[in-house]
Parts: sequence; C-alpha cells; structure tokens
Amino acid sequence: MPELSESVVEIDNLVSHYGSRKILDGINLQVQRGETMVIMGGSGAGKSTLLRHILGLNLPSSGNIRIFGKEITRLSNSELSKLRTKIGVAFQGGALLTSITVAENINLPLREHTKLNSETIEIITRLKLEMVNLSGCDRMMPSELSGGMLKRAALARAVAMDPQLMILDEPSSGLDPITAVEIDELVLRMKRALNLTIVIITHELQSALKIADRIAVLCQGQVIFSGTKEQIHESNNQYIQNLLNRTPSNNQIEGNEYLRRLTGLQ
Amino acid sequence: MEYKSTIEGNCSIIALSGEIDLQSSPPAREQMLNALKQNHHLMVDMSAVEYIDSSGIASLVEGFQFAKTHDLKFGLVNISQATRQVLELARLDQIFLLFETLDEGLAVIQG
Repeated sequence: MPELSESVVEIDNLVSHYGSRKILDGINLQVQRGETMVIMGGSGAGKSTLLRHILGLNLPSSGNIRIFGKEITRLSNSELSKLRTKIGVAFQGGALLTSITVAENINLPLREHTKLNSETIEIITRLKLEMVNLSGCDRMMPSELSGGMLKRAALARAVAMDPQLMILDEPSSGLDPITAVEIDELVLRMKRALNLTIVIITHELQSALKIADRIAVLCQGQVIFSGTKEQIHESNNQYIQNLLNRTPSNNQIEGNEYLRRLTGLQ
Repeated sequence: MEYKSTIEGNCSIIALSGEIDLQSSPPAREQMLNALKQNHHLMVDMSAVEYIDSSGIASLVEGFQFAKTHDLKFGLVNISQATRQVLELARLDQIFLLFETLDEGLAVIQG
C-alpha cells in the first residue's frame, strides 16, 4: 500500500565524481507520488549516474538523496535492500540474466524476497507477462527474444514485486517507431493501473513528451530545466531549444585550450 | 488472519478487507480454496478491500481456476476502480465473474 509521504524522490544538492571528474554538480530534483518524471539530456550529461544514485548504487561526494522519505546514503545494506524491494528497475538493454528463462528472470525477486508458494509465484509471473503482452514466452530464454520483447520482459521484471517506484533507463530506445510507441503506451497503462511513480531516462523526445508529467533536462551534470511539457517549449535556453529542435550544439572552440588537449602540453 | 465468511445455500461468501498483500494473501488464498473444497460456489466480497497486490490477484486466479475445474462458480463482488484497472491490465476482467452486489451475484450463481 502506498505510503503517505508526497515526495517519493528528493535530491538535494547532489555532487558526484568518478575519480577527479565531476559528473553531477549540485543536482536538485523532486519526484512526487504518482508522477512520471522524465530525465533528458545528451550522452555524458550524467543521467545514468543520477539513476545509480537514486538506487543507492553510487555514493555521492556530497548532498542528500531521500527515497520514500529515507536518506539512502545513511541506510545499512539490509535497510537499503528492503527499500529496493519497493523499487522496480528496467535497465537499458533489459539486463536479463541470460542463463535462465524469461519466467525465472521475472520471478527471481519473488523467490528471493517472499515466502509465497510456488503456485502463486507462477501465476504472478504469468500475470506480469500478460500485462506486457508476452504471454506464452515464460519458458523462452532471453536470447530468443527480439529487442522489443526484451524491453517488455524487463518491464515485467521491474513490476514483479509490485513496486511503488519504477525506474526505466531508455525503455524505448533502439526500437522501431511502432514498437517504441507500444512500449510508451504500455508504460502509461502500467502507471495508471499499478499506481506507480516513474522516473524515466530517455533520449527520445517524442517518448518524453508523450509520457512525462514533468521533464528535467541535465546538461554537464546540472539540471538546467525542470518543468512541465508545456513549460519546456517556452524555455529560452539554447541547449533545450537544440534538444527540442534536434539541432546539434555548436560549441565554440577556445583555441589555446583546444591545442592543449590535442598536444597534451600544459 | 481469518476473513468474515458466511454461507447462503450452496454458496460461500468470503468478505476480504483491508490490504491484500504478501502477508495477507496466503491466508485469504487458503480460506478461498477451503471453501471451494467443501463443494460450495464462492463469492468474494471485495467492497472493504483497500488495496490488492499481485499475490492477491494470483490467489483469486487460483480460486477461479479451482472452481472451474470442479464445476463450481466463483464470483467477485463490488471491486474498486483501482482493482478493476489491475484486472483490465491483465485482461482478467474478461475472465472473472464480476458483480455489483451480492444479491446480483447470488442470483446468477445459484440461479
């Protein structure tokens, strides 16, 4: 049963580094219960790193991350593990375990984290496959699935434990336009029926505009826009306009800095 | 946990309530299957159910399947809009016998 707190994800001034390289530079972001927040941005903007922080997979250099009101940077491993049972994740590319069947991938968390009997687990597994239109695929191996089927199987696994928060990394990327639209529609149907809060990372503008309640745009580790679909069109920011109009950024080269990079000389 | 149960002729009526989740669905499942094993039709009154998760839905499916294979009837009464949406997502709304009221269900099941 959903809890009463309104903010499901609250990120305050998150700073993150890989080595000495700063990836996230003071991120502030809130996702409200029942909301679909789409995070957009170019490659290297920090989207996937932000996702890893929300899941507690990376430790921040500084800042706070509260999920369901709990500061995840201070949770023990067992507390974090319990919290993650409320979060469903579909990674880019599906990330299904290749040595077990589709059904075993979906019901793995049920077998690991619940005491349900095997009949109930089997029915839940088939229910989830029905929800994503993969009925009859339970005994197939992941290698036998098409790209679109893999994405749907990943969605089925993400909702296996009836999560309250679902995190999707590029759910419709790399698919043909019709299959991509089908995935978007499926995400919307699942959100409504399962009362989900969703955070989606995507490059796909059409997908973002279709499924988002709000959009956050990341650029060089910072949130340069956060607002509704309507508000993003009104933004004067050049990067956002480039994103909306699919025009490449025309970065001006600073001559001395460019030569230093090429020659390696300081 | 024991849910309220009554008998009307050849039909058991079990009133589920509150949250039907990982903890409460196993006893609900057992109670439903026990009623069916007594060779009674079964009506599950869902009017006091605040939330039902996949394990609860799966228990309903199992009860429905048991009834079907034993020539019994299994109906759900007064499901909430939230439950209906979950059933629709899995297309179970086309499978289950759904009734607005107990009287309506009893008339069909016992008729």
